[in-house]
Parts: sequence; structure tokens; C-alpha cells
Amino acid sequence: MNVAAPFEGIGASVRRKEDFRFLQGRGAYTDDFNRQGQLYAWIVRSPHAHARIKGVDTSAASRMPGVVAVFTGADMAKDNVGGLPCGWQIHNKDGSPMAEPPHPVLAVDKVRHVGDPVAVAIAATRQQARDAAEAVGVDYEVLPAAVSMDAALKAGAPQVHDGAPGNLCYDWHIGDKAVVDAAFASAAKVVKLDLVNNRLIPNAMEPRAALGEFDPTTGDYTLHTTSQNPHVIRLLMGANVLHIPESKLRVVAPDVGGGFGSKIYHYAEEAIVTWSAGKLARPVKWTADRTESFMSDAHGRDHVSHTELALDADGKFLGLRVSTLANMGAYLSTFAPCVPTYLYATLLAGVYTTPVIYCEVKAVFTNTVPVDAYRGAGRPEATFLLERLMDVAALETGIDRVELRRRNFIPTDAFPYQTPVALQYDSGNYHATLDQALKASDWAGFEARRAEAAKRGKLRGIGISTYLEACGIAPSAVVGSLGARAGLYEVGTIRVHPTGSVTVLTGAHSHGQGHETTFCQLVADKLGVPVAQVDIVHGDTAKVPFGMGTYGSRSLAVGGSAMMKAMDKIIAKGKRIAAHLMEADVDDIEFERGIFRVAGTDKTKALVDISVAAYVPHNYPIEELEPGLEETAFYDPKNFTYPGGCHIAEVEICPETGKVSMVNFTAVDDVGRVINPMIVEGQVQGGIAQGIGQALLETCVYDADGQLLSGSMMDYTMPRADDLAPVSVATHTTLCTHNPLGVKGCGEVGAIGSPPAVINAVVDALRDYGVRTLDMPATPSKIWGIINGGRRMAAE
Amino acid sequence: MYDFAYHKPATVADAVKLLADPDAKAISGGHTLIPALKHRLNKPSAVVDLSGIAEMKGIKRVGNAIVIGALTRHVEVATSAEVKAAIPALAYLASHIGDVQVRNRGTLGGSVSNNDPAADYPAAVLGLGATIHTSKRKIAADDFFQGMFTTALEQDEILTAIEFPIPEKAGYAKMKNPASRYVMAGVFVAKTGGAVRVAVNGAGPCVFRQADMEKALAANWSADAVAGVKQSADGLNGDIHGSAEYRAHLVGVMAKRAIAAAG
Ligand SMILES: Cc1cc2nc3c(=O)[nH]c(=O)nc-3n(C[C@H](O)[C@H](O)[C@H](O)COP(=O)(O)OP(=O)(O)OC[C@H]3O[C@@H](n4cnc5c(N)ncnc54)[C@H](O)[C@@H]3O)c2cc1C
Repeated sequence: MNVAAPFEGIGASVRRKEDFRFLQGRGAYTDDFNRQGQLYAWIVRSPHAHARIKGVDTSAASRMPGVVAVFTGADMAKDNVGGLPCGWQIHNKDGSPMAEPPHPVLAVDKVRHVGDPVAVAIAATRQQARDAAEAVGVDYEVLPAAVSMDAALKAGAPQVHDGAPGNLCYDWHIGDKAVVDAAFASAAKVVKLDLVNNRLIPNAMEPRAALGEFDPTTGDYTLHTTSQNPHVIRLLMGANVLHIPESKLRVVAPDVGGGFGSKIYHYAEEAIVTWSAGKLARPVKWTADRTESFMSDAHGRDHVSHTELALDADGKFLGLRVSTLANMGAYLSTFAPCVPTYLYATLLAGVYTTPVIYCEVKAVFTNTVPVDAYRGAGRPEATFLLERLMDVAALETGIDRVELRRRNFIPTDAFPYQTPVALQYDSGNYHATLDQALKASDWAGFEARRAEAAKRGKLRGIGISTYLEACGIAPSAVVGSLGARAGLYEVGTIRVHPTGSVTVLTGAHSHGQGHETTFCQLVADKLGVPVAQVDIVHGDTAKVPFGMGTYGSRSLAVGGSAMMKAMDKIIAKGKRIAAHLMEADVDDIEFERGIFRVAGTDKTKALVDISVAAYVPHNYPIEELEPGLEETAFYDPKNFTYPGGCHIAEVEICPETGKVSMVNFTAVDDVGRVINPMIVEGQVQGGIAQGIGQALLETCVYDADGQLLSGSMMDYTMPRADDLAPVSVATHTTLCTHNPLGVKGCGEVGAIGSPPAVINAVVDALRDYGVRTLDMPATPSKIWGIINGGRRMAAE
Repeated sequence: MYDFAYHKPATVADAVKLLADPDAKAISGGHTLIPALKHRLNKPSAVVDLSGIAEMKGIKRVGNAIVIGALTRHVEVATSAEVKAAIPALAYLASHIGDVQVRNRGTLGGSVSNNDPAADYPAAVLGLGATIHTSKRKIAADDFFQGMFTTALEQDEILTAIEFPIPEKAGYAKMKNPASRYVMAGVFVAKTGGAVRVAVNGAGPCVFRQADMEKALAANWSADAVAGVKQSADGLNGDIHGSAEYRAHLVGVMAKRAIAAAG
């Protein structure tokens, strides 16, 4: 019997190969690696938000059992260790560069946030290192702290850095203010809204960890680290911090248990263990405990915005004016400056034809943990702002909220569409995703559900968000002109082995995304090699030629495209070999899914015939072709990709307690071509869980002195399964026009589209209470306050 | 965690002897103590593991009461046929403590000795007017809970069992803290031998009785009766999850729900 092999190419829901090891607890994470003679590091962290360091006494700690060394910032300075670099430079309105104060690996003269590393104790066991760290005496002169952005910007506020007067990192803008002001002057209606985008703490399942090694016989350093982009860490740490050439520094990011952005950046601990390993000529490991994660992983979001929308009498948008304060925290994390600028303000057209837009952004230093990109990065902030504004505008113009959106959608035939804020969208169909979502959520039947809920004493609401994002980052020349200090291409190597199995080396990194499956499917689809015979290698600078890593939903759009290019080269070479073997003209060779054919004949060679010939070149065009079948491609994208869609949330509120329950969530996303529908669904669901988390549950809270009040799971509300709703995920595809796969990216859409849908639903449920704005998260006590205030209003 | 000596006595008497050391700490389920040790919030000289003491285990009916050994785990109370028949509200309460892992490890004695203001059991102990059996004496619930994480237990005194009188009616309702899922405000109501008791947990620094509600319910056992009683916010807890006013309001809501649950 001839059983056809199951289809494993593009569009098949192939089960995740990597899950076999993950589900059996056989993943190999950084903390799972142990070396002969390994030491353990424990970091001494500042308990104060802002203090001068008058002295660090390590004498008692150094004498404790098992202690090998205690290092301070002064020790690193003696070795000329550099500061942690920032990968992006933003320019002020006047053209001058942003303030870029030093970011020492270990604090030298001052600490600037609770958790700021001051010293490191290194000992034979983790407990001994921790004991020694407790015995390090730091003499602090506590200084007043600038904790909130408001406080930091006040005249006379405590200065976080001497080199950043007024605590201002930059004052940046985009758009022509005069033109926008003129549009407002002619407007029939202006809608204004103040918004806060709450600060989030990422909380990947696996805490950060780092293991440094040094081989004194070769001078080679190796760092295992929980990173989304090991090559970038090698570049930044090698070139800027420790001055180790790439050839002497290997960075490995093995299995990584979630990142969400927080593991993009180059962190102090990576440099600490690598440098200490060199000093001591012994391996040094550091693993964060959860408390450290809360105060040392980069946080996300934290914007305060004032926004104004000008409309004509028909509800057509005439202009948008936005002014935003963005919290940088105490230091510039690796990509922090680009998040509230080029990943945010450039998104303010959304899916709408707003002809003119002006946005100014002040980035502010505060005595808090650094803030950087977190799932969505800038785009959730822009989307929340726009989609809340849509609902308020609908309320204030009396135009139905769906109709108002439709009236301003970029028409389906208008692509490519140039926005007033730099981006050019290549494709999309916003009416289609909206229609599909309205139908799937039974939007039309909602009022009956509201009435039924009211009978049960519940306030039911429905909310919508029609969003767009820019991902697949990014064209190197474009981001370079905007201040990026790196290129954002990706690298792929396709290695066809002699007997036809394939190893793919990719610069993208998988920490939950399912690359080990999706990328195999590309090879199965294009080269006809079964998924089981394809292996993905990632996360090791010693194996993979180069790479920029995984973030900004770029792995498939950029990394996958590099693989496609490399496979094109394989096919081109394979055709020449096939032509030689079949004594045909190379132009007559056709290739499809693993078979080379002389066009119009039944003469064929399989890929394995070609690979055998390539590695055993007995009968081979050796004068004109090198043996071997391996190709590498660097792919630099021509544009961003623009996923978008429509999210609809339905909630019920208990008026007695203020608790908001998610009852339904519908997502219809256009992520371009779908390679593995099951994985896309999982990615979107996960993103929506995080979006619901931001909207209803999560928020980082500091007290006025800069102590982190939401510093553990006891006080920081991570979403649990029962906080979520049944989520229905569907896709509507328009293809990306400029990459070989037609893919757009699906990793962040869930976290970008969902928060405003949820808050719009909550506001809708509270429509009888006169709610106009509502800051996230919509916690029970906040909602009760509104309901209670509303009752009082009604009674007065 | 700092180093400590570890003992596992087989009898209450031996455990008491080991706890004569003022820096020694008893451990039962360890679901409160272990996290505290891991955070280095506690530096005991010795940890005295009570889990091998047979006389502190088991659930039995004695006359008109259910007596539950201090080492009984939350899951055992939640699923006990005896408890479910006699005091369903207590089984219900136990079945809603923390999560599955917590219920499989945490014990009645550990929870009540610890007297976390946001713990569940203290509301049932006070609401049912239970009697606490210790290695030394019997203590009435009204005298046992003395303040935040403070009880009448002395350093070398071990809680061995709790005797819960069987009520005519009892009910429990709580609002969970969204982050920790401990109690933000909870109310346990019971009518036992004609007397009404209302115990409030989560809302204040220590579980307390709500006298005005008790009076109102004694006159008229109904949700409407407590609707007219206003819980004052004075002295209640306020934090990033809710103000004292919010918690005061929740006490009223949970009281109504507890009465509804009691029937
Ligand atoms: C994630 C998580 C969620 C939780 N959620 C809840 C919740 O929702 N509601 C809730 O009520 N609780 C909750 N708990 C607490 C849980 O119920 C604890 O297990 C319980 O409070 C303590 O019981 P234990 O047996 O674990 O005590 P242990 O941790 O062993 O001891 C606690 C304290 O009591 C002392 N002690 C223990 N036994 C005795 C004894 N017999 N006599 C005298 N002193 C003694 C110990 O010395 C220690 O100081 C949660 C715990 C965790 C980890």
C-alpha cells in the first residue's frame, strides 16, 4: 500500500518538534549547564532608589567560608571595563543628540534605582555567595529620589544623572506642527484625551541567568546566557564593555524560557560573570531569583500622553496631535530610546487616513528600573491611544464607533499607502478583518446579551479595536538613518548534508515561538525534505554565522526570508549539478519540492542525488563549481511588515465588587501568509493573554521613595487561566508584498490589539456611570470606585 | 535560606522540648515557613518538623463537634465526608484556599498558628466559636487571635487540634486579592446553638467579629438584615489592591453572600 506522507509544508499545523523535550522536562536552559570548578555569583543590589556610595567594605565578606572574590565597580574600573552601551541614538528637536549618561556595570559613585548592582560576591556555593553578599558593607548617603515622571520634570527635582539636566533624555518630535495646528484651526470638532499606559514587569517563566567561562590556555571566553539575540550580546559586550574580539568570545543562548523583549538587552550580570571568569580563571554562574527579576529585568511601557483629534463635520479625521512623556527609568537600556519614538509615533496613523500628524515625546530619567521594549514595544502604546480616542470621538460626535472607524479606514485599493508619519504600508484589508470579527463575535446580537446579563445583575460591555502594527524589523538603512547603531538584517544558512538531510543555521532565536517547527516547514515546502530530517540550529555564535536575533515579530519575515534566499542559492547550484548529471542545459532544469527535472521529459534527479554528487564529486563539473551543498544568505528587508486586524472583547462587571470578567474575545488578524496555523493561534492567544493582563491586572507600582510595591507575585497580578476568556482566533490574509514568503509576523499582534478592546468594553459596560477615561489596569477596586462615584453622582 | 538544625520528633512532648529553644521554629506544611526561609526573612536555629506526630492527625466527630488534628491538610478537610456532612461551610472554605499544591501541603494548624490577616481558616475558627487545643491547654477562639500574625500561643506551645462546634447554619464568602489570591475581604457567618457569630477576615489587620451584623442577624437571619449595617473603614487595611473604604464595602457584600450560602 502506498500511503502518502502527510503534508508538512506551508499551511500545515505540524506539531511542535521542540515540545517533545520541553514537555518531558528535558530542555537545557542556562542554569542547567554546570562546569567543573564552577563558582556562583550573588549580586549586592541597592536597597535605595537614589543614594551616593560613600564606601564599599568587602573585607568581612572576603573572609567568609567558600568566598573566592568580592568585586566592586572600582575593581572593574581598574580593568577599564566599559559601561553598558545603548544601541540607539535619538536626536532632539534642535538636532542635538539625546543625553546618554554612563551606565556602569557595577555602580561606582551613585545608585539610581532599587536593585542597581553595586558589588558581586563569588563563592563555591550559591548560599555562600549570598551570605558574603549580605556581609558587604555599603555606606550609602540616601538622596531624595525622582520616582514619577511628574516629579522628575519639576523644577528643582533630584537629578538622576548630572549629564541629563532636568532629567530629560530627549525632547523629540515628528511631523509638521504648523500644518497640524492649521488643520485643527479649521476643524468642526476637536476631541481630547489624556491617557496613561501602565508600566509592566515582563516576568518570563525562566528567570535570567548567565554562566561565564574562560580558557586561560587559549584566551577564549564563553558566555551562556538567557538571551533573545546572542550575536548582539557578543557584539555589545565584546566591543563596548569587556574589549574581547569576536573571535575570542562565544555567546550561547540555549533553550530560553520566554523573553517577551526582556531578554533582548545586554545586562550587567552577563558582563559580570564573563569578566569574573576571566579574572578568576574559573567558570562563574549567576541565576536570578524571582525577586531580583522584578527589580532588574527591564520593565515595559510607562507612557503618559495628551492627545487631540481634529474632525470635520462628517467625522473624517483632519489631524492628530500627541504629546507623550516616556519613562526611561534610571539608565538607558539597550534599545530604550527607539521604543517611544520610531516604534511608537510612526504608528499613530494606525489604519486611518488622518492626513497630518504631529507627535512630540519627552523621554525622562527616573529612579526606577530601566524601561525597554516589551512585547509590542511602542505599538501597543500607540494602538491604545488611537483606539481609546476612537471610542471617545464616537461618543462625542454621536457617530457609531464602528461607523466612525470605517469612515476613516485606509481604503482597500489605496495600497501602497504612505502615512504622514514616515511609514509606507504595503498591504491590508481593514474592512475585511472588521467584517469578519463583527460576524464572529455576533456584534449585532450584543444588546440582547447585555439585557440578559442585566437580569443577572451584571453590567455587560463590548469593545472593539481595529489596529495595525509595524514589525519584521527592519531595513538597515532606514533604521540607521533614524539612529540605530546596528543593522537589522538576518542571516540563514542551509546545509544540505551528503545524504540529503538538512541543517538550518539561523540568526533568529526561539524562546517559545516554535521556530524549530515553522522553519523546518519552509524547508519541507521548498526543498521537499521531510520535517523530521530538518534540524534548526540557533542561539550559538560559534555555530551560526551571524544574526540579529528575535524581537519585533521579525524571525519569520526577516530570518525566514534569509532562509528562502539561501534555499534559492541551493536550488540554483543544484540545478547546475543536475544539468551536469543529466547532460542537459541548466536553463532546462526545473525544480519542485525536491525533484530536479529536465523540462518536458521524465528525466529527474532527487535532491539526495544532487547532494551525494556534491559531496562525492566523482562525476561533477569540478572546473566551474565547488563541491558541497551549503549556502548562506543575509536578508535585509525592504520595508517593515504591517500586520493588522480587529479585536473584539466582551466583559461582564459585577457592580457589587467591581470585578471585571472576560466573557468572550474575538481576534481576526492579518498576519500575512500563515505557515503553521496552530502556532499562529498559540502566538496570538499568548499575546492576547498578555494584553488582557495589561488591561485588567498588571501594573508596576513604586512608592514615593522609589520602593517597588509590586515587587513579587503576591502583589504583581500576572494573568491566570481563569482571568482569561474563551479566545477565538481567526486570520484573514493579505500577503506582504516585499518579502519572499508574504509573511507579516504574528508574535506581537495579540498584545498590541487587545488592551484597547478590553478597556473599550469596560467603558461600554459602565456607560451609565459617565465614564470617559479609564486607566489600565481596570482592577476591581478602581471599577468599584467609579461605580460608587457614579451612584453618588446620580444621588446628588 | 540560612543553615539550621532539623528535628523530626514523634510525639508532642518531644516537640515541645525541642521548641524550648527560643530560636527554634515548628514546621507543618511549610507553605508559609519555607517561602519565608527562602527569602531569608527568618533565621531559626532549628526547624522542628511536626509532620511525624501521629496524635496531631485525623478528623473525628466528638459529640456535637468536629475535632480536626492540626496536621490535617486543607485537601483533607475539603474532601472529608464527616466535615462535609456536619459543617459544609468549613469544607467549602478549605476547598478554596490557594491552589491545588497549597491545599495538598498546607495544614489547619499551620494556618491558624500563623494567623495571617488574609488567611481563610481564622474566619471559620472565630465564626464557629471553635476551641483551640494546644500542648498545654484549651483556648477559646475569642481569646486566641490577638493581632497581625499574633496569637495566644507561646513559643514552646503547639497547636494540636481544633474543635469546631457543629452549627445549625454557616456560610463563607470571600473576595480574593487579585494578585496573591489570598483573602481581600471575607465573612464567615454561623448560627450555633441559637447564637449568631460573624467573623471578618482579610479586611483588617486581624480576623475580627462584626458585632453589629451579629445583632442584626440574631433579630432577623437574612441578607437584608446585614444590608443595613455599615462596616466602618477605620482601622481596616489599605494597599495597592484596595483602600480601607473598598474593603469595608466588600465586608457588606461578602456578608450578604455568606448568609445566602448558609441558607
Ligand atoms: C502560593 C500560596 C498561596 C496560598 N494561598 C492561601 C490562601 O488563599 N488562603 C490561605 O488561608 N492560605 C494560603 N496560603 C497559605 C497556606 O494555606 C499555608 O500552608 C498555611 O497558611 C500554613 O500552613 P502550613 O502547614 O504550610 O504551615 P507552616 O508553613 O509549616 O508554618 C507556618 C507557621 O506556623 C507555625 N506552626 C506550624 N504548625 C504549627 C503548630 N501545629 N503549632 C504551632 N505553630 C505551628 C510555624 O512555626 C510557622 O511559623 C498560601 C500559600 C502559598 C504558598
